[in-house]
Amino acid sequence: MLGEFDLVEPTSVAEASEVLARHGDAARIYAGGTELILAMKEGLIRYDYLVNVKTIPGLAGVRVNDDGTLRIGGATSHRALERDPLVRERFPVIARMESDVANVRVREVGTLGGNLCFAEPHADPGTLLMLFDATVRIERKGGARTIPLEQLFVGPFETCLEPDEVLTEIVVPPLPVHSGSAYLKFGFLERPSVGVGVAVTTDDGRVREARIAVGCVGPVPRRMREAEAALAGQTAAESRNTLAEAGRIAARASDAITDLHGSADYKEHLVGVLLRRAFEQALASSDGSGAP
Amino acid sequence: MNAITMTVTVNGEPRELTVPTHETLIECLRERLGLLGAKKSCDVQVCGACTVLLDDRPVSACTVLAFEARGKTVRTIEGLACGDELHPIQAAFVEHGALQCGFCTPGMIMATVALLGENPSPSVDEVKHYMRGNVCRCTGYKRILDAILDASRRMAAAPAPA
Repeated sequence: MLGEFDLVEPTSVAEASEVLARHGDAARIYAGGTELILAMKEGLIRYDYLVNVKTIPGLAGVRVNDDGTLRIGGATSHRALERDPLVRERFPVIARMESDVANVRVREVGTLGGNLCFAEPHADPGTLLMLFDATVRIERKGGARTIPLEQLFVGPFETCLEPDEVLTEIVVPPLPVHSGSAYLKFGFLERPSVGVGVAVTTDDGRVREARIAVGCVGPVPRRMREAEAALAGQTAAESRNTLAEAGRIAARASDAITDLHGSADYKEHLVGVLLRRAFEQALASSDGSGAP
Repeated sequence: MNAITMTVTVNGEPRELTVPTHETLIECLRERLGLLGAKKSCDVQVCGACTVLLDDRPVSACTVLAFEARGKTVRTIEGLACGDELHPIQAAFVEHGALQCGFCTPGMIMATVALLGENPSPSVDEVKHYMRGNVCRCTGYKRILDAILDASRRMAAAPAPA
């Protein structure tokens, strides 16, 4: 049973920030509510005030800049991203990932900004978006900052947002030309148990750059830079021989936790398996079309 | 504010309602409006038994707050049949025996209304993907899949009542 709360419906980010500052821990941003309302119904958390950011004009929507950068409003739903023609054309790996988040009802209501800010470790979007070196714009009354998405996540259900800050936009630069990417996940519960994203940029038959992100298995999604370095500069053939080692490096670095989804050993094994498969898919799609 | 007064169109009928902000849509439909078709089952948006349409989009009424229906249309299983004449999706479910205990059926059918609304001729895989979030513990899904594909063919042949 959901407890009572006061609903506040600001018409600007500054107003939302002011309300959040005034009420501190007693207030929380409410967007899609797909995670927040569940936790509140369970009685795990309670707030006296929910601040409905969906009433703020311009906070939902997708556009692509002239330089190909994708800009996603924080209150954009998963379903909008899944179906957006520009996202499907320019960032198909993002549209595919979004089409596989939870179920269609959750995707209709749940927002990307909400997903990232709730910071539930068993989630897909943060892991994949890190491959693109995505940044997030964070606003408060009288100021704004932009930080790498990687820095947003502090721990399970914990971000670096100050109480009066609102994540307003997710900025996703395109991958370099001759890049391919893939996101693979595995799980047998409602939420994914392991998620691995790989982006590969090729140059004359060589892996110029490999980007690897691992999510769900540890407290926060992470880029695996040591594993990336192991693959950089290799020929396609060499890189395949290095994949097992890269998988071991990424697995060790992923801080896998034993929980309902499986043992740490099991998850580390799956990181290696999914990394290999995602790398092969990414490599195969790095055909120079520039649309991973 | 802790209550919202709103106009909402429920199964074609405009209603003026005042709902507490913490009231869920399923509470509003079942307890306030007496529409008992949508079921509260898992209560965590996993099973789909509470699926209703908000502006033609499927949502979990168990978790969507009632005030979110403000200014929108809500469709539930009660709004589908035209008098005694079943909606083609309902007819297909009956004819294919796509239900046993019937608990999931209102949600299953409303999800199908949404699916066929946006994709009138889905492939088998598209149906499976879309319906993944609607759980049936009786039928084994084969008959449900058959019913949905048949409904899609029927509705293409004879445009359905809106």
